[in-house]
Amino acid sequence: MYSSRLARLSSRRLWLVNHSARRFQSTEPPPAGGHSPSIATSSYLRTTRDAALHVPGLRWVDADNSRLEDVAAGRETRKMNVYQAVRDAMSVAMTKDDTAVVFGEDVAFGGVFRCTMGLAEEFGRERVFNTPLTEQGIAGFGVGLASMGHTAIAEIQFADYIFPAFDQIVNEAAKHRFRSGGEFGVGTLTIRCPTMSVGHGGLYHSQSPEGFFMGASGLKIVIPRSPLQAKGLLLGSIRDPNPVIFMEPKILYRSAVEQVPVDDYELPLGKAEHLTRGNDLTLLTWGTPIYHCETALHMLETPPESIAKHVPTSMRSAKVELIDLRTILPWDVDAIEESVRRTGRLVIVHEAGRTGGVGGEIAAEIQKRCFLKLNAPVKRVTGWDTPVPMQYEKFYIPDALRILDAVVETLAY
Amino acid sequence: MASLARLRPRLPRRFPIGVRSLQTSADTTILTEDASHSKPFTVTLHEDSFRAYKTDVPSLDVEVSKDELLGMYKTMQTMRRMEMAADTLYKQKLIRGFCHLAIGQEAVSVGLEAGITSEDRVITAYRCHPFAVLRGGTIKGVIGELLGRQCGMSNGKGGSMHIFTKSFFGGNGIVGAQVPLGAGIAFAQKYMNQSAATYAMYGDGASNQGQVFEAFNMAKLWDLPCVFVCENNKYGMGTSAERSSSNTEYFTRGDKIPGIQANGMDIIAVKKAVQHTRDWVTSGKGPILLEFVTYRYGGHSMSDPGTTYRTREEIQRMRSTQDPIRGLQRYIEEWGLASEEDLKKFDKEAKAEVDAAVEEAKASPFPLEKDLWSDIYYKGTEPPSMRGRESEEVHYY
Ligand SMILES: Cc1ncc(C[n+]2csc(CCOP(=O)(O)OP(=O)(O)O)c2C)c(N)n1
Ligand SMILES: [Mg+2]
Repeated sequence: MYSSRLARLSSRRLWLVNHSARRFQSTEPPPAGGHSPSIATSSYLRTTRDAALHVPGLRWVDADNSRLEDVAAGRETRKMNVYQAVRDAMSVAMTKDDTAVVFGEDVAFGGVFRCTMGLAEEFGRERVFNTPLTEQGIAGFGVGLASMGHTAIAEIQFADYIFPAFDQIVNEAAKHRFRSGGEFGVGTLTIRCPTMSVGHGGLYHSQSPEGFFMGASGLKIVIPRSPLQAKGLLLGSIRDPNPVIFMEPKILYRSAVEQVPVDDYELPLGKAEHLTRGNDLTLLTWGTPIYHCETALHMLETPPESIAKHVPTSMRSAKVELIDLRTILPWDVDAIEESVRRTGRLVIVHEAGRTGGVGGEIAAEIQKRCFLKLNAPVKRVTGWDTPVPMQYEKFYIPDALRILDAVVETLAY
Repeated sequence: MASLARLRPRLPRRFPIGVRSLQTSADTTILTEDASHSKPFTVTLHEDSFRAYKTDVPSLDVEVSKDELLGMYKTMQTMRRMEMAADTLYKQKLIRGFCHLAIGQEAVSVGLEAGITSEDRVITAYRCHPFAVLRGGTIKGVIGELLGRQCGMSNGKGGSMHIFTKSFFGGNGIVGAQVPLGAGIAFAQKYMNQSAATYAMYGDGASNQGQVFEAFNMAKLWDLPCVFVCENNKYGMGTSAERSSSNTEYFTRGDKIPGIQANGMDIIAVKKAVQHTRDWVTSGKGPILLEFVTYRYGGHSMSDPGTTYRTREEIQRMRSTQDPIRGLQRYIEEWGLASEEDLKKFDKEAKAEVDAAVEEAKASPFPLEKDLWSDIYYKGTEPPSMRGRESEEVHYY
């Protein structure tokens, strides 16, 4: 199997970290096809005004709150990273909605990741305020505030600290509408939290807990991949009439930079987005691993010398359909089904561990819907079934090599 | 919006005029006996070293000895050196991840250790390095853990917040989570009829977590030998105590549980308060709260310069007027227990000890690949295998 050889290669790199200490990256010469794309050079980031104004599914929200599509003329964009885009979305939401407030630990000073920088100065301390250290309290307070119809934008400082709030989110926020027979809802509640790994966060700063909420019907879970997506999806989440957990991949806060429309706009929840089109294999992911997938696809086409012999020439022209799931709950099952029916192959990538991860649910549903169309078992590339280990974090998360390995194995099946 | 406008943060709470505030100077204790010999002698703490809630303040007379004070000095100095070494290693990018230092708060950890026994148990949050050493660990073990090496106290698998010894239950990263554990630990001590106490520590920020109050209630309901210690260093990350807590008198927050507030910058007052609370809980009176008023000099963690939410002058003032090490140094010199030169020698020894430990830790290898699979389940009871990245990497026990 090609895959096993590639897998051995990644084991060797694991060995390397133990022996050559701090150097995580291999230092091979640049490959013949040039450097692989990274977050900074990703072709999925829209770096021109024109590209940023013509985004599939984008709806402009105008002063009178009417929704418009395809009226890009005369609109401006600005270069932003993810934390700036998140801040921009909250600023737009608060400008248009007098009931909107932002609260959480240290948010009045800008927050740990600067997402609320300057918001307190702009909107006043009564609308952007620090809470005590009290996650369960923050979530419960948000539920109460939202049940009064106010727009509550809460921040949990790290997704890892959402667990103290788990009860309030799962038993109160998610079920509020159902258990009041539709009389009350907490649709104006949005809980933001930084998620996924940073490379050295370890047990309590690098987890991806989205899978824990999969069974909480009534709730939506959204994870953006870039600044433009973050602004549109966050505005969509804040205004969605259901409680939303909005998880922001923290490593992208600074590293992903894009042109972002200055105006108010939304991107749809519950809709996946195709980043590449192809009929040979569907590659599905969300958040940070999007960029590792991009690198993997580049390596598939033009493999670096050191691994070229593991990537059969016939596969290098394979057309892979990369899809960003964007909304994890409820996930866009129709789009994935449609894609897998065409490609017959599905590889799912996520940072959380495999057992109990979101990939398991998707794999089960897709194999049921597409059973006779599948040419290979659904493959999952995920974190290991261990706590996120600080010293091994680089290896815990799915990297480009592991994704390439899974793609090659699934194509060859 | 009218309703929310009323949520405006409150002005910092001040003690009403006429009410005495706690003394936090590090050097106001006076000698009341001759200290020239090696016998224990008595000193009298400043009259504002303690405040009390639903109980009496501890007596101000404390018995100390020359050896003990010199030992405290050297240990505090060593702990500070260790934290400074961690700071340097972090800046050299040899330590990664999250790392919280306790520089400025040495009197609390060293004074606590001076007042308890090896039978007692301690549990705290992430600002935990000195406790781990004092409760039976080593500097090499702490630094090794921070560096993620095999010689680390958790074999390099945890990092800064994850260090344990037989009588020290860690290092915890989830703010507040350790406090109910303290109640459980104390229950076991009571159940076994041990004459021992649990010190469950948390910060001024953590004091607002619901589970802290849940733990208080259980401990009082069952009269557990638990001392709930609030290390009030005036800030939880960038939020000052006044902005996070409706009641900043943390020692009064136990409802029916009495409390003591103590000067956490004077190690002699710390030791006295610890002995007093230990006597309280081990004599069957149930739990007690103990608030140490202290100060952290550095930022919250390594990514926080610590100067955006407080002034440089404030930090400078604390350092120059209330430093716990300088305070003890002044006692030692004034009471004629040692000369400045003797103390300088201690400083040098502390530095040398830390430097040597750092070098040893740096020489220790990284954890082995197989270590990744250990300690997830109890040895011998694991599932037959755990998944790695690829089918080839599935680990079979
Ligand atoms: C449940 C949880 N929420 C938030 C955090 C992030 N956080 C870590 S320390 C801290 C401040 C704690 O302040 P305090 O209790 O006063 O302790 P200090 O840092 O002053 O020692 C915060 C908000 C966390 N680790 N866990
Ligand atoms: Mg504090």
